[in-house]
Amino acid sequence: MQRIGVFVCHCGSNIAATVDVKKVVEMAAREPGVVHAEDYQYMCSEAGQAKIAAAIAEKKLTGIVVCSCSPRMHEATFRKCAERAGLNPYMVEIANIREHCSWIHKNMEEATEKAVILARAAIAKVNLNAPLKPGESRVTKRALVIGGGIAGIQSALDIADAGYEVDIVEKTPSIGGRMAQLDKTFPTLDCSACILTPKMVEAAAHEKINIYTYSEVEKISGFVGDFTVDIRKKARSIDANKCTGCGACQEKCPSKKSLSEFNRGLNTRSAIYTPFAQAIPNVPVIDREACIKFKTGKCGICSKVCAAGAVDYEQKDEIFTEKYGAIVVATGFDTIKLDKYDEYAYNQSKDVITSLELERVMNAAGPTKGHLERLSDGKHPEHIVFVQCVGSRCSDERGKPYCSKICCMYTAKHAMLIRDKYPDVKVTVFYIDVRTPGKNFDEFYRRAVEEYGVNYIKGQVGKVAPQPDGSLLVQASDLLDNKQIKMKADMVVLATAIEPDPSVRPLATMLTASIDTNNFLTEAHPKLRPVESPTAGIFLSGVCQGPKDIPETVAQAGAAAVKAIGLLAKDKLTTNPCTAKADELLCNGCSTCANVCPYGAISYEVKLINDHGVREDRRIAVVNNALCQGCGACTVACPSGAMDLQGFSNRQIIAEVDAICR
Amino acid sequence: MPLNEKTGEFTPKIVAFCCNWCSYAGADLAGSSRLAYPAEVKIIRVPCSCRVNPMFILRAFEKGADGVILCGCHPGDCHYSTGNYYARRRMTLLFSMLDYIGVEKGRTRVEWVSAAEGVKFSTTMNEFAAKIHELGPNVRLEDLRCKN
Repeated sequence: MQRIGVFVCHCGSNIAATVDVKKVVEMAAREPGVVHAEDYQYMCSEAGQAKIAAAIAEKKLTGIVVCSCSPRMHEATFRKCAERAGLNPYMVEIANIREHCSWIHKNMEEATEKAVILARAAIAKVNLNAPLKPGESRVTKRALVIGGGIAGIQSALDIADAGYEVDIVEKTPSIGGRMAQLDKTFPTLDCSACILTPKMVEAAAHEKINIYTYSEVEKISGFVGDFTVDIRKKARSIDANKCTGCGACQEKCPSKKSLSEFNRGLNTRSAIYTPFAQAIPNVPVIDREACIKFKTGKCGICSKVCAAGAVDYEQKDEIFTEKYGAIVVATGFDTIKLDKYDEYAYNQSKDVITSLELERVMNAAGPTKGHLERLSDGKHPEHIVFVQCVGSRCSDERGKPYCSKICCMYTAKHAMLIRDKYPDVKVTVFYIDVRTPGKNFDEFYRRAVEEYGVNYIKGQVGKVAPQPDGSLLVQASDLLDNKQIKMKADMVVLATAIEPDPSVRPLATMLTASIDTNNFLTEAHPKLRPVESPTAGIFLSGVCQGPKDIPETVAQAGAAAVKAIGLLAKDKLTTNPCTAKADELLCNGCSTCANVCPYGAISYEVKLINDHGVREDRRIAVVNNALCQGCGACTVACPSGAMDLQGFSNRQIIAEVDAICR
Repeated sequence: MPLNEKTGEFTPKIVAFCCNWCSYAGADLAGSSRLAYPAEVKIIRVPCSCRVNPMFILRAFEKGADGVILCGCHPGDCHYSTGNYYARRRMTLLFSMLDYIGVEKGRTRVEWVSAAEGVKFSTTMNEFAAKIHELGPNVRLEDLRCKN
């Protein structure tokens, strides 16, 4: 028989305001096995934990129930507390009377009754708990960073500087990511390439960093400290060791009609190409769908002009397997598709562009060599209209419900840069709200209005109509003056919502990392563990977790790196002891459990079994505790009821069911 | 029949099995976002929806539950890769069998709730509790039991 202590937390007034804690203590004390019950203001505080420790010692408790917040919050805290007091940490159960009770119910009587029942269920469970001992697993001292944008580069540099090997996997032919496409950055107006390219070079030159560009993660298995990852290195059709990066092949390539991904499709590139001049590695890729040699078998000009003999049409995709202890996800973002926004005429007029396209237009290496001109006729514009929140803060299914966070600031930047370089160009911005929280952000926006005379109008654009004379008619509402406006513009720039890069969805499935309804990766705790995934060993860097600007991305990338370093610095990890276990007397070795196990943790061995005096050799399921993750699939599949899950046993769960339905 | 002693109203017993990684976290989010649902719903934490043995659900009904709901990660998002697929198959079979023996389909439900779907958790529980109120006490299974 257990000797159980019940500790009911007030959580200040978070619990005590809706749950009569004294009543919970009183009712819990009547439950079988309970020899001690008390309440306290904050059980998780030092004083609260001291009370638990004292009760464990004085009352010789063999199990405790803490009625408090979610176990996802403080289970670890109370387990450690029990362990320090000499109690096995797995003899602790939490009754969640805050998130699942006091915070969602208003009626005190109802909430108290529910809290009593939840406490009762936890007591019933702990009565059947058994002490468990965690095992140990090894840590592979190598990290994988998925995504080679500024987030991935920063995380990789920080991990590598701490002395660990890092591999960066980037799906495009070069690292650099979105930041490489930007012209200037707010609020300091630094040239984006000038601050990014040194970091790219540093990453490439770092002895601890390996960069796999034009590569994708194909398969991930394993768990924290010991992930096994298959990486597909797509065929570049170039031998990177021979290529000198001279560029002759790109110049002579006769197929020059493919849209440039780097320039957002605003101009074209050759079939053999490097995405941009500062690309790392400076090794081109052959786009096999556009290449004449691959399409018709004739041509081969690039091979002929390559003095180094680096072109290799026979090259094949290469898949290799590598082991990692930690994985940092830095997959970044893309802008949403505007197909459903007919009102902005994005698909009808070349002069309606997204802000990211404007970055390329303003960039000296862009399609217009940095000259601000209309893409339809090359004319200098007289009036540019910016439209904010295109697809952001959107209540219908065409857009995204969230704020993309960066648009207010980059629009102020664009407006300012245009007015600075071309004082003759009139700039109008339509906005819902201007959001500028951040260091020197509001000052920056005010400069755009006050110093540069950008015309900000609070209102929404209802329609952009291309006119026969080539101009664009913008119809909008002015919310402050409460009137409808019509104005002629030469260019319209849409501050298009950002969304996680589409590659993150299949990746999250491979990582078994949770993802929210907008495809942003979920953090382990929104406030206290913002750079970790709930799946141990996976860390989040940059926009894959939520919209953010460059300084925030870099900060988060560093934080993710520190978390990964903390993991890699350990030689061994303790494993979850809540693993499956087969009852040797009941098991008949049928293999059903092994078939459903997602980790291959179950094997079979022939063992001499003494079944009530009958000794015989039997085939018995054996669970490898280092591999078992404790999902419990096998426990339900087992036809003879031999398999059970420690910590969540059949008897424990049934005891909870009984306590709730009593 | 579970009637409230004071009001004489029907207060159903509803058991919700929630997987640790998605739905339990979703319930936590509903809590921290203060999204109310009836106190009749009591949650049992399991590591994965595939840990829920049909036996647990039968036990709940045997002990007088009026409704049982199983919540797990969305298909494809299972923390253990494939657990919720097993749960889905098992529950499909179990629920049709239960319906046959008199526990109406409305008293059982499987729902996928991610860690980010506090709103969905709360809405689901409100809907489910409303459905159980509509169906009334689970007398049909009680009738089948040997009562003295």
